Amino acid sequence: MLGYIVRRLMYMLLLLVVLSVVVFAIIQLPPGDYLTSYLTRMRLQGRTVEDEAVIETLKRQYYLDLPVYMQYLKWVGGILRGNLGKSFYWNRPIGALLAERLPLTVSLSFATLVFSLALAVPIGVYAATHQNTFFDYAVNVIAFVSIGVPEFLLALLVMFWLNRWFGISVGGIFSPAYRIAPWSVGRVLDMIKHMIAPMAIIGLAGTAGTIRVVRANMLDELRKPYVTTARSKGLTERRVLLKYPLRIALNPVLSTIGWQLPNIFSGSAIVSMVLVLPTVGPLQIDALRNQDFFVAGSIVMILTMLTLIGTMISDILLAWADPRIRTTGGGL
Amino acid sequence: MRGRIRTREREQEIFTFSQGQLIWFKFRRHKAAVVSIYVLAALYLSALLAPFLSPYNMNEGSMRVYQRAQTIHFVGERGFQLRPFVYAVKESRDPVTMEKVYTEDTSGMLPIYLFARGWEYKLLGVIRVDRHLFGVQEGYLNLFGTDKLGRDLFSRILMGGRISLSVGLVGLVFSFALGCFLGGISGYFGGTVDMLIQRGIEFLISIPTIPLWLSLSAAMPPDWPPVRVYFGITIILAIISWTGLARTVRSKLLEIRTEDYVMAAQLAGSSEMRVILRHMLPGMTSYLIVSLTLSVPGMILGETALSYLGLGLRPPVVSWGVLLQEAQKVDTLMLHPWLLAPAYFVIVLVLAFNALGDGLRDAADPYIR
Repeated sequence: MLGYIVRRLMYMLLLLVVLSVVVFAIIQLPPGDYLTSYLTRMRLQGRTVEDEAVIETLKRQYYLDLPVYMQYLKWVGGILRGNLGKSFYWNRPIGALLAERLPLTVSLSFATLVFSLALAVPIGVYAATHQNTFFDYAVNVIAFVSIGVPEFLLALLVMFWLNRWFGISVGGIFSPAYRIAPWSVGRVLDMIKHMIAPMAIIGLAGTAGTIRVVRANMLDELRKPYVTTARSKGLTERRVLLKYPLRIALNPVLSTIGWQLPNIFSGSAIVSMVLVLPTVGPLQIDALRNQDFFVAGSIVMILTMLTLIGTMISDILLAWADPRIRTTGGGL
Repeated sequence: MRGRIRTREREQEIFTFSQGQLIWFKFRRHKAAVVSIYVLAALYLSALLAPFLSPYNMNEGSMRVYQRAQTIHFVGERGFQLRPFVYAVKESRDPVTMEKVYTEDTSGMLPIYLFARGWEYKLLGVIRVDRHLFGVQEGYLNLFGTDKLGRDLFSRILMGGRISLSVGLVGLVFSFALGCFLGGISGYFGGTVDMLIQRGIEFLISIPTIPLWLSLSAAMPPDWPPVRVYFGITIILAIISWTGLARTVRSKLLEIRTEDYVMAAQLAGSSEMRVILRHMLPGMTSYLIVSLTLSVPGMILGETALSYLGLGLRPPVVSWGVLLQEAQKVDTLMLHPWLLAPAYFVIVLVLAFNALGDGLRDAADPYIR
């Protein structure tokens, strides 16, 4: 087990190196360097930064006088020391910008994942044990539609319908009364109330997918002879289900957490843009609209890093739950 | 006795059915997939014939700003009539907000005629015509209302469909090329190459798509002409979507490589190329088609999302995502709910592709019950 974890950690480190190269490429992607575009924008706004000395200082500050690979190394070195660089647009450290928004992003995504699994597993099991009943059909149809409907359109439609039929506005994370109030029980409850709709929207597709997986696996397992044996030995139906088939059916669910995470982060980014939630999503849009690729690239990096860590945790959990994986290496 | 013979004949018949026929039988059992074929055919046909179907030029503004959608009626004051009609729209100003208010004027019935005269266009890009499928001879007909410049939303959705419907297919070409190539060498050579490509794919799919797409899309120079932006976006979308196809190609290659008939062909002295093209490729075509179909909705949604956020296609180019830009503000939306119409089109389109892919997946291997 320890050997597996070590191997998995090494692989993770390698992925992080690749990630940093990709993100650096994204930052370098727009034509011309960012200092030039920054200066152009300053000029467009009527401010003059023609002073050669100032430009030279800026150039040195962003290592633009060095070759590209040195720029990359300096940038990575900064990150390792916890310095993500400075945003041109907001004129603030990127780390501080992200720190404001990451807690909500992560908690929203994590809560979505937990609720999605907590809902999907029982529903999937119930649909499997009651195959071809009305409930089963209903779940299948709803799951099919939910997987297809895109999150951001759903967010738009939900916002519109709730507003139109019930007069509820779902945008933002606080009601006007609590917007600037200090933290209190009421404020927390208000925030949780505002999180329900986004969580439901972001988690819908993933939940539907998990329900399908659980249902299909349970159906496969329930047909196997060992289940009949267990029944014939007089075990209660509940015990028959929970003892073996459920454990086996849950395996693929654990292993899919890895690819659910990017979907959830991606979904939360775009749903936040529609519902105006202060996560990193709207921050990235603002940054990109102002050609601030340092901020945008850092956001891609942080979100991917979180995904990679999440995938690693789910892999380790899976190896712990299923001995076959840690002995054969599990694809490593 | 006769019945039994007939069943036997029927069984014989099944044995002689071609693979294609078997696939078709299996596919037909998936009702949603069959319906979605018609839905997709209707959507693509309407995109092809968009100018003919749209009563107004999509770029032509009018004084009827934010006019609400008109409903087609069959029952008027003289009872039921076969010729559908809309009521003329009366314009007034709200005394409090000074906003324009449109009300149906039930005294002015505007009958709808087939093949009515309207704006001039080139049918299929060749023949100059000014006839449209339907229209009114006097007054105006705005089935989905108008936007902030008084342009007909119905016509704009039809024309926008041309972009939204094609973006997935063009993106498909790129992801098909990438997926087949990389998946092919991954499955064929195996070993280190395979390992590298598979790890690369795993890395790519762990990047959250929307943040990545947004960054890449924003990096396109703002002075690019619309056509180049369009292709740029399809390439950006293909960067992620090829991975699914590559995985299918690889796993199928590995599976088929061990089949007896492949070994038989090799022993019979077929060249490598002939083994791949003649014996292995037909075995995986159906899976390729399924994988391709299922990757289309993701790309359509990608384009819609990028354009909706203002980082994809930009007006004057019209796609459903571009049209939805107008529906970004809740206040505007509450006052003019018909601006959401493109969203329903996107949802129908994406659901149809998903259903089609589902049906094809079931039918891809007709021998599995």
